[in-house]
Amino acid sequence: MSVYLDFEEPLKALEEQIEQTKEIGASTEVDMTDKINELESLLSEKTKEIFTGLTPWQRVQLSRHPDRPYSLAYINAITDGNFQEYHGDRSVKDDKAMIGGFGSIDGQTVMFIGQQKGINTKMRQYRNFGMPNPEGYRKALRLMKLAEKFDKPIVTFIDTPGAFPGLEAEERGQGEAIARNIYEMMRLKVPVICIIIGEGASGGALGIGVGDKVVMLENTWYSVISPESCSSILWRSWDFKEIAADALKLTSTDMKKNGLVDEVIKEPINGAHRSQEEMFEIVKNSIKEYLTELSPQKADKRINDRIEKFSNMGVWK
Amino acid sequence: MSWFKRHKEGITTSTKEKKETPEGLWSKCTKCKTLFTADDLAKNSYVCDRCSHHERIGSEEYFNILFDGGKFTELDAKLTSGDPLKFTDTKDYVSRVKATQKSTGLVDAIRTAKGKVDGLDLVVAAMDFSFIGGSLGSVMGEKIARAIDEAIKIKAPFMIISKSGGARMMEAGFSLMQMAKVSGKLGQLAEHKLPYISFLTDPTTGGVTASFAMLGDLNIAEPEALIAFAGPRVVKETIGRDLPEGFQRSEFVLEHGFLDYIVDRTELKETLAKSLKFFKN
Ligand SMILES: [Zn+2]
Repeated sequence: MSVYLDFEEPLKALEEQIEQTKEIGASTEVDMTDKINELESLLSEKTKEIFTGLTPWQRVQLSRHPDRPYSLAYINAITDGNFQEYHGDRSVKDDKAMIGGFGSIDGQTVMFIGQQKGINTKMRQYRNFGMPNPEGYRKALRLMKLAEKFDKPIVTFIDTPGAFPGLEAEERGQGEAIARNIYEMMRLKVPVICIIIGEGASGGALGIGVGDKVVMLENTWYSVISPESCSSILWRSWDFKEIAADALKLTSTDMKKNGLVDEVIKEPINGAHRSQEEMFEIVKNSIKEYLTELSPQKADKRINDRIEKFSNMGVWK
Repeated sequence: MSWFKRHKEGITTSTKEKKETPEGLWSKCTKCKTLFTADDLAKNSYVCDRCSHHERIGSEEYFNILFDGGKFTELDAKLTSGDPLKFTDTKDYVSRVKATQKSTGLVDAIRTAKGKVDGLDLVVAAMDFSFIGGSLGSVMGEKIARAIDEAIKIKAPFMIISKSGGARMMEAGFSLMQMAKVSGKLGQLAEHKLPYISFLTDPTTGGVTASFAMLGDLNIAEPEALIAFAGPRVVKETIGRDLPEGFQRSEFVLEHGFLDYIVDRTELKETLAKSLKFFKN
């Protein structure tokens, strides 16, 4: 069963009406085509109305929508199943919240890396809710270095509520692991494309988020803190999450406007969660475009441009 | 991000206040409560003579401790915060910054300077925790970036003295990207084969730990400093039990392999000079 957020409820009602009308048509053999067409155009209007007027907090909710595709779904669709997952950081363990491996986009080998959330209660725990431990970041770096060694481009999918704030994570150097990734990603010789497909929470996101193209899907968020935590810290209450979501300017539109991401990838009008196949196709085409643009560049220039891009971020007087 | 908690004011950190302190004024160790004259405490690098507690100090004190004869040239002293997001929580960001500037006598949460340490050139970036918790915003990122450029220009080693609660939330995405910005600049420093010393002091947490504070050619720390990615309160909430004794303190972090050494502040200058000479000679 699909999950509908409160602001999506009118769509659910219309979709149910369409279903019912179709059923009536089928059982009574009365031609309901006109009625169905009418309802469908109503649905399309309503969808447009809701999805063009989304508030930042609604976008945050969409970024966490349980029907939204996660990293492996994108990878499998984009590579048409021609993907091989690789495990482990070669030091401590295999982190299930971070996945990676080689895959092929229309014959071109690409290293895919991403945070992975679970699709049901059991899997959510198995994936630690998409919150990597240091091993996850170190596995990601190992795979990025592997890609660099064999001159393959890298695509990362960012979707995390944050790096895991656990005891062992601290013991094993969560801070160091993220820091090392940021530092090393800045200097990778191969093209790096980072796509925020859901939640982009702070250092946990940036730990696989330094690239030549850093792009956000339309209904995602990326910031230094989640609106809930921001509310709790600055307002000392959980009740200001909507205001915090506004204040943080964390939507794709605002992040692009502030020059903190390179591009926004438009989602299907009813969101990535309702039109998954269409979303996969759009993302695949975007990746191919970026690769065409980035691949011919010389490595030195690519690295300099990357450093330069991040160096220009900031506002001071 | 614990700057909003009211920390006991141990030692006043701003130059202005220090100058106004009448000679002979007593200062109490925040740990063992022993009384010292302010002068005696300063002479001992703000370390308690009895229990070795390191009082939190600011950029001015560190510059005076490190640089020969207390002489240094400050860089980009006037660089001040913009308000890219027109951020308002319980107070608007611009007012918060102005009020903090007034109360601390500082311009932002970091100061950068060049000078000599035991005759060796060094560029130092030192944070002030009293300024919005030493939080990492655009000004800090840009000042560190420019200080690295200066180090490259004069072929000097570079040092960051971290003392920060992490990101500056009021700069949101801009704050986050400073982690990447500084890391990129450190890569350029490395290309020039200039050493980077990361000195972690109490507290060093959040985005500062998850970027440049952990990237030193040498990572060194003051004793008993809190060094963490997620702060102790958050970790405790996550695991639902009490934290082990000494968790996330310098000694713990050293034992887990993330620090090269811990140095008492009273021996900081000679120990640092020793390290710098190894790189140089
Ligand atoms: Zn004492």
